[in-house]
Amino acid sequence: MARTSIRLNRWFLPLLALASFGISSIAVTIPAATTSAPFNFVGASALGAVIYAILSFLITLIAQGPRVAKDRMMTTLVLVAFAIAVVPLISLISTVVTLGLARFDGDFFSSSMRNVVGQGGGALHAIIGTIEITSLAAIISIPIGLLTAIYLVEYGRGRLARAVTALVDVMTGIPSIVAGLFAFAVFALFFGPGIRMGFAGAVALSVLMIPVVVRSSEEMLRIVPSELREASYALGVPKWLTVLKVVLPTAVAGLVTGIMISIARVIGETAPLLIVAGFTQSMNYNPFNERMMTLPVFVYFSYSSQGTDTQAYIDRAWAGALTLIVIVMVLNLGARLISRIARPHTSR
Amino acid sequence: MFKSLQIAGVVAVASLALAGCAANEGTPASDLTGTLNGAGASSAGSAQEAWIAAFQKANEGVTVNYDPSGSGAGRESFLSGAVAFAGTDSYLKDDELTTESPLCVPGTGFFEVPVYVSPIAVVVNVDGVDSINLAPATIASIFKGDITNWNDAAIAADNPTAMLPDLTITAVHRSDDSGTTKNFSNYLSKTAGDIWDGEVSDTFPYTTGEGASGTSGVIDAVTNGTGTIGYADASKAGDLVAAAIKVGEFWQGPESDAAAAVIPDSTPVADRSETDMAIDLKRDSTSAGVYPLVLVSFLVGCNDYDDDAIGVLVNAYASYLTSEAGQADAASAAGSAPISGATRERAATITAAIK
Amino acid sequence: MANTRSQVPKKRGDVVFSGLVTASGIAILVTLSAVATFLVVESLPALNPSAEIGNAPEGFWAYVAPLVFGTLLAAVLALIFATPLAIGIGLFISHYAPRRIASSLGYVIDLLAAIPSVVYGLWGIQVLAPAVQPIYQWLNENLGWIPLFVGPVSGTGRTILTVSFVLAIMILPIMSALAREIFLQTPKLNEEAALALGATRWEMIKLSVLPFARSGLLSSAMLGLGRAVGETMAVAMVLSPAAVITFALITPTNPSTIASTIALDFPEAAGLNVNALIAAGLVLFVITMAVNIAARGIITRHARKVAF
Repeated sequence: MARTSIRLNRWFLPLLALASFGISSIAVTIPAATTSAPFNFVGASALGAVIYAILSFLITLIAQGPRVAKDRMMTTLVLVAFAIAVVPLISLISTVVTLGLARFDGDFFSSSMRNVVGQGGGALHAIIGTIEITSLAAIISIPIGLLTAIYLVEYGRGRLARAVTALVDVMTGIPSIVAGLFAFAVFALFFGPGIRMGFAGAVALSVLMIPVVVRSSEEMLRIVPSELREASYALGVPKWLTVLKVVLPTAVAGLVTGIMISIARVIGETAPLLIVAGFTQSMNYNPFNERMMTLPVFVYFSYSSQGTDTQAYIDRAWAGALTLIVIVMVLNLGARLISRIARPHTSR
Repeated sequence: MFKSLQIAGVVAVASLALAGCAANEGTPASDLTGTLNGAGASSAGSAQEAWIAAFQKANEGVTVNYDPSGSGAGRESFLSGAVAFAGTDSYLKDDELTTESPLCVPGTGFFEVPVYVSPIAVVVNVDGVDSINLAPATIASIFKGDITNWNDAAIAADNPTAMLPDLTITAVHRSDDSGTTKNFSNYLSKTAGDIWDGEVSDTFPYTTGEGASGTSGVIDAVTNGTGTIGYADASKAGDLVAAAIKVGEFWQGPESDAAAAVIPDSTPVADRSETDMAIDLKRDSTSAGVYPLVLVSFLVGCNDYDDDAIGVLVNAYASYLTSEAGQADAASAAGSAPISGATRERAATITAAIK
Repeated sequence: MANTRSQVPKKRGDVVFSGLVTASGIAILVTLSAVATFLVVESLPALNPSAEIGNAPEGFWAYVAPLVFGTLLAAVLALIFATPLAIGIGLFISHYAPRRIASSLGYVIDLLAAIPSVVYGLWGIQVLAPAVQPIYQWLNENLGWIPLFVGPVSGTGRTILTVSFVLAIMILPIMSALAREIFLQTPKLNEEAALALGATRWEMIKLSVLPFARSGLLSSAMLGLGRAVGETMAVAMVLSPAAVITFALITPTNPSTIASTIALDFPEAAGLNVNALIAAGLVLFVITMAVNIAARGIITRHARKVAF
């Protein structure tokens, strides 16, 4: 902290904040009391923040001069920016959790929507669909992505490598809906316009997933120290074995982390699956035949085509959203765990 | 890489293990098997849901999917061969009749039978208003954007005793192609034609007001908004206040009996084939106990499917829909007006001939 | 196996392996050109000036113009809301928060970046739109003379302003994660020098952190813009669309975006409308590509490596 002319007590700022919010609560409550509206928490907080910002600025200005006052002002602003950003995110998570728990029960994970009208039913068909389609997408994307990363790091020279790097950049920017259109057109070419199948969804997801895998794997392979490679060459090990036996094992934790994060990225995709995988209320285990439900599409359809008993549909939508978030969180945390456990291997 | 492939493998095995145990899905018992895909009107979505559930229970080997993407979408998907049948709130247009669907044996034509009759409710969400009367001209002015406030004199004239607030009206219409829109538009052009001068089609004719996708979208927007008004199939209206509309000298709410009373008044569309039951409804009825703002949902398919397996499934499904049991199921699940008498019998004859 | 005598198999292994990896590099090339080719070929019929598309009989460009406008309007608004907040969060985590809190906040923000867009859509329509509607009412009553806030106010809150709020919240995690990375890379010596000269914390940030981070922040903003432009489901679920070009932000009549129009209209499109939607997809592809290339250009020009 900067040197000050008059040091303020360290309890001063917290107390000032408390006082500001107290004043604003009263200010907000008085007019609200006449209209019997519920206490406006957001309004009170906003007013409190403004009062605090002005008061702390003025008091510091008098006590410690303009430079410190400006510093304090900016601190307040940074805190406020943080708070503003955190409020909707907290609201999002808490809404999903509270509303999602209403149907987050055994039924939800053990039944499909077949023959279900109104209450009851579940998302097992959607969960299976999501697992199968995402696994297929992973089976397509991981080898291509990983090999391309190896190419770029270990082999790529000259124009082709530059082109591939540039194209991976472009591919990262493909909007998911465009990937869906592409997969639809490719499959419609072979199977006619009514084609809907899980595998087509997997192809669309692969278009989105490959660049992410390339990116993260490339980064991981690049941080493998070149001394390791040189030592391996010096022992007479050919390049391809060096890559397979030395480079990949060294980077494996980082690679797995990156791949898991890329899976988490595509597992929540809705738009392309809406177009190419379609939707159904029944189980379908065969990704190469007929429509296949997925969790994001389940959430969307539960919301967008509610039946007579609307609450049952909305409850299912929120439960589906909660399931999705849990899956994504587990994948992300798992990835972090792997990278933390294996960190000693990657960094020297 | 190997580790993740192993993970993928484990996931695949786990999914197969999970696969056997959807608690509500049994093993095939009847001899019908296969998947039947349909698409179309979202207004009949609740009825389709009930029909599919009952039909699948009777035929465990069959899976029926109905995509409630809208009447226009349903007809287009059917004509392009993407789905085997369509549900539509507005009967096939003349130019659509001449199209050949790749699913049908060329030259055999389509069948079109009414399966679902339901009132369209004009729903409002205004604080403190628990019943409201609206004349056709008032409804037309509101949705056209001429009346913008709930305290407008025209609304007050329809509701001499009610206290209507000073509140902006948000009129919610369907943003997608919809048979509900066409029926709604058709009704207004017949009963308030000097105001409702837009084209009667699946698309909402004006750019004013708020758009929402699907019947649920409209209901959701009206429910969550303030001072909102919308039109939707009465079965989805839920707890919203449905307006009584002016028929002749009477105020009539969207009750299913009143909706069913429109059908005997209606006339068949000219120049249609034997298997096409398209009808024009009498929208400007003035008799008591009639609610002319209704939609009739048709089931559309091929008379003779190229793929016989699909033909058998459509025959079974359509025959169930046009049976007395099917109509009763829809009435109890979706509150529709059951089709009965000669109309239902003719429909049943047509659907029994599908192959 | 790595025996000195097995010279030939070694070479063969190398040839096979390098062939394999090169092939997958080429596979990416092929995939992308397949995507581009198909988009162009399928778009051509719609680009015919006499083509009659949907409700816009004046041809494709009249059809797509409001969509491009809506896409850019929503994305730019989202960026305007998100950028200062992202910088605030980035600074908070890198320079204000205690170290332990900072690193766990970093994790939380990374997790938020992975929440599926359909969840944001559900939250936007069920929670956010009804919550902001009274604010729109207030804005219109008190600031209605500003063209942005002219009436009639939407009774449901499903406006383009709400959409841009949702988009801003969606791009915040990725943008603030990037901002944090950039701020943390400020050379410690610069910061300490500034502090040693008696600068306050804000002066230190203004003198050493922000100048260093300028280009990185610009490119993170561009990446956020790219995300917002391509976002589909959240917009499709929240927005009340119409084919208009207007800067009025809180009325029921809003310009739609390309991505959400494709998602909503594609299932029911037939004939030329399919081509028109695919052509719109191509336009979207070009826009996101331009934004992304601009972002990468800024990064490479300043030769600064940022992890994402």
